[in-house]
Amino acid sequence: MLNISGIKDGIVLDHIAAGKSLDIYYHLGLDKLDCEVAIIKNAKSSKMGRKDIIKIAGNLDNLDLDVLGYIDHNITVNIIADGVIAEKKSLKLPKKIVNVIHCKNPRCITSIEQELPHVFKLADEATKTYRCLYCEEKYGK
Amino acid sequence: MRHLLNPLDFSVEEITRLLDLAGDIEHNLPKYAHVCDGKKLATLFYEPSTRTRLSFEAAMLNLGGSVLGFASADSSSAAKGESVADTIRIISCYADICAMRHPKEGAPLVASQFSSIPVINAGDGGHQHPTQTLTDLLTIRNLKGRLDNLTVGLCGDLKFGRTVHSLIEALVRYTGIRFVLISPQELKVPGYIRTDVLDKNHVEYKEVDNLDEAMPELDILYMTRVQKERFFNEEDYIRLKDSYILDRQKMKLAKEDMYVLHPLPRVNEISVEVDKDPRAAYFRQAQYGVYARMALIMTLLEVEKPC
Repeated sequence: MLNISGIKDGIVLDHIAAGKSLDIYYHLGLDKLDCEVAIIKNAKSSKMGRKDIIKIAGNLDNLDLDVLGYIDHNITVNIIADGVIAEKKSLKLPKKIVNVIHCKNPRCITSIEQELPHVFKLADEATKTYRCLYCEEKYGK
Repeated sequence: MRHLLNPLDFSVEEITRLLDLAGDIEHNLPKYAHVCDGKKLATLFYEPSTRTRLSFEAAMLNLGGSVLGFASADSSSAAKGESVADTIRIISCYADICAMRHPKEGAPLVASQFSSIPVINAGDGGHQHPTQTLTDLLTIRNLKGRLDNLTVGLCGDLKFGRTVHSLIEALVRYTGIRFVLISPQELKVPGYIRTDVLDKNHVEYKEVDNLDEAMPELDILYMTRVQKERFFNEEDYIRLKDSYILDRQKMKLAKEDMYVLHPLPRVNEISVEVDKDPRAAYFRQAQYGVYARMALIMTLLEVEKPC
């Protein structure tokens, strides 16, 4: 078993579905930050069998974690300060998500203009329905 | 600065003001002949639509303004691969307002994000056609004197017809509206119109497949074309095609003050013999479309109503 040390200040994303940590790494834009990041894949979990964990060290005030609510609301977000859990953040469905999912409607303007961001807006929280900002087509997984 | 991208961009109060202005324009056309002197409308039509484009151009010319633009993507810089964003940035330097038709859904929204002039969606794919909806609302209000307490029949292709979806969305905001949705099984309104629009707003509606039976209860009949290629098999098409053709016999079943609307072009779904019936309102509807667009141009350009 691997030993990864705890972090003093930062964020720990726990209970990520096994194998999904790299997707989250990119969706959060962590590849563009210069902070220390530890990605633990397939860690043993009594609740999930296997899980992934991401530990991010440093001051991350500008990190937009809302997207995690869309990707997997079971992820636990622990804010670490001075080596202890200072806050457990609950995840909500984001009102808007950008470049996480892509519109599949062949009639949508995004199908021919590649540089446009793929923006989806939360249309119905109860049914977790997202619609493309441009063509309003419902996103189907 | 306002744009019109979706029929619901305007509140019911704003629609009322716009339709009031259109009504005044209809009765006092010369009064408006110079309100847009020196203003230019750009018509950016990435796909051909003679009727809508000419209606916009007539509207601007009636207001004393002038028009420029293109009538197909082939004759625009889109043929060279220019993006909508770049095109609208350039057009913003040339004109005061623009009307855009585009085969791709959401293109006018993209334009509005980069534009420094008001953008009017003149139809984007199968998505929205808000000026048709304004035209439909103006026509209904002028003919019936109201937009509430009406039984509105929508007939034909209710699945793919964007004008039908937009009209339903616009009318559910008024009280006492009831819909009779007349279509073959294959062309019923999409599920989201039933759940997100009709059910959500507690609007009474029924879905039927027989136009004859529906006729007596209607205040408005909104016809659309049933296209052969929409059917899954020819047998169904042959079985159903005549039942959605409006003729003199069917008109006999309707109320004396029922009116027939159609977004046009009409192919064969309304028999030409119906044209002479005083209740056939589809050509008047095209005329109202010019007044609705005049009122819209004035509203978006924030032109004062003349005394």
